[in-house]
Amino acid sequence: MERVPVLKIGDILLVSIQIDMEDQVALQLQEDLADRIVATGCHGVIIDISALDIVDSFVGRTLATIASISRVLDAETVVVGMRPAVAITLVELGLSLPGIRTALNVDLGMELLAAARAEAEGGAGHEDTDEPAVTAP
Amino acid sequence: MALSSDRSGRFADLLKGHEDAIVASWTDAVAASLRGRLSQAELYRQASELQRGFQAAFDGGAQDLEDDAAAELRAQLSELSSTRARQGFTANETAVSVFTLKDAVLRVLDEGEGADAAVLREYVAFSSFVDRAGLFTFDSYTRAREELIADQAEQLLELSTPVVKLWEGVVAVPLVGTLDSARAQVVMERLLETLVETGSPYAIIDITGVPAVDTQVAQHILKTVVAARLMGADCIISGIRPQIAQTIVALGIEFGDIATKSSLADALRHVLRMTGDKVAQKPRREG
Repeated sequence: MERVPVLKIGDILLVSIQIDMEDQVALQLQEDLADRIVATGCHGVIIDISALDIVDSFVGRTLATIASISRVLDAETVVVGMRPAVAITLVELGLSLPGIRTALNVDLGMELLAAARAEAEGGAGHEDTDEPAVTAP
Repeated sequence: MALSSDRSGRFADLLKGHEDAIVASWTDAVAASLRGRLSQAELYRQASELQRGFQAAFDGGAQDLEDDAAAELRAQLSELSSTRARQGFTANETAVSVFTLKDAVLRVLDEGEGADAAVLREYVAFSSFVDRAGLFTFDSYTRAREELIADQAEQLLELSTPVVKLWEGVVAVPLVGTLDSARAQVVMERLLETLVETGSPYAIIDITGVPAVDTQVAQHILKTVVAARLMGADCIISGIRPQIAQTIVALGIEFGDIATKSSLADALRHVLRMTGDKVAQKPRREG
């Protein structure tokens, strides 16, 4: 069975899907990604689907599941490079891929992740200072 | 009523024998019906070409307009029709240009060997042939007109959906005119493609030029916004006139969490605020 490679770039895992997303491939990717996030400790996942002509409801759901799994593992997922035709088809089918962050291309996806990370860390730092005041008494 | 072959031969002789007289009186009749919108010389040229076309058709033994011998004549007629259609003449005026040939021939017959029964019968047969030719021009005229309309509709579609870059990372679509399904589809595709090409994460859909927004139009706009979101771009709807806002509320159309602004300037300001320094810096660096 074909596998989708998962590349580590800095703090980000990059997945570029270049083959047909069959159900088994999608499930395998889901497992691989979960393993890699834990193994590498990355905080961001970018899934590039610019080579995909078809995104069906199963692939859509798998992408949402991957996003949820990585969020549990403290990694933000961004789906990038969706083709206009794919977007139009999804809208016509009434699939809005809830829970998935999207960006136009890998560049913007990385920016989005960096912004999200900065926000999360800023927020976390803020929480840390607040924490003693709330929990101490 | 089909012509017999010897009859068509006689018509060919008749047309050939009185060529100048027929063409002259035909030109006069057509000129009268068009009231000077085409020059006499132009009409004369057309009339003599058509006259030769009829003559050749009859010479070839054409018994009906669908015959092979009349192929040349058919081509001439459709050429004439499409020229007239493009010049803006009515179908009526175009067909009359052919029908007046009957008057011209009748005049020649009158001057010649008196109106006896045989001549009359022949004239009626000839007349029905010309009628078919006239109807043929009608058909070609309509076809030419429809092609013209289809072409224009296509051009309009192309013209009316520009996607312009407003700022670094911001594109805008100023919609002008009624938004039907076909146009909405074109706008949607054009916008999404531009988003990908330019890598702009923000799009402003300006509906200042849309005369009315009903549920269908709103549906089209919403679909475009959702599709853009799926791709990772955010859309803002701007140019909502007070009347349109009232209609939108009266119809119960929900734009949900899509940002709507009353003017394009507001929308641009909104986008710039959202992108913060990142976008605002770029023009400064260039300047």
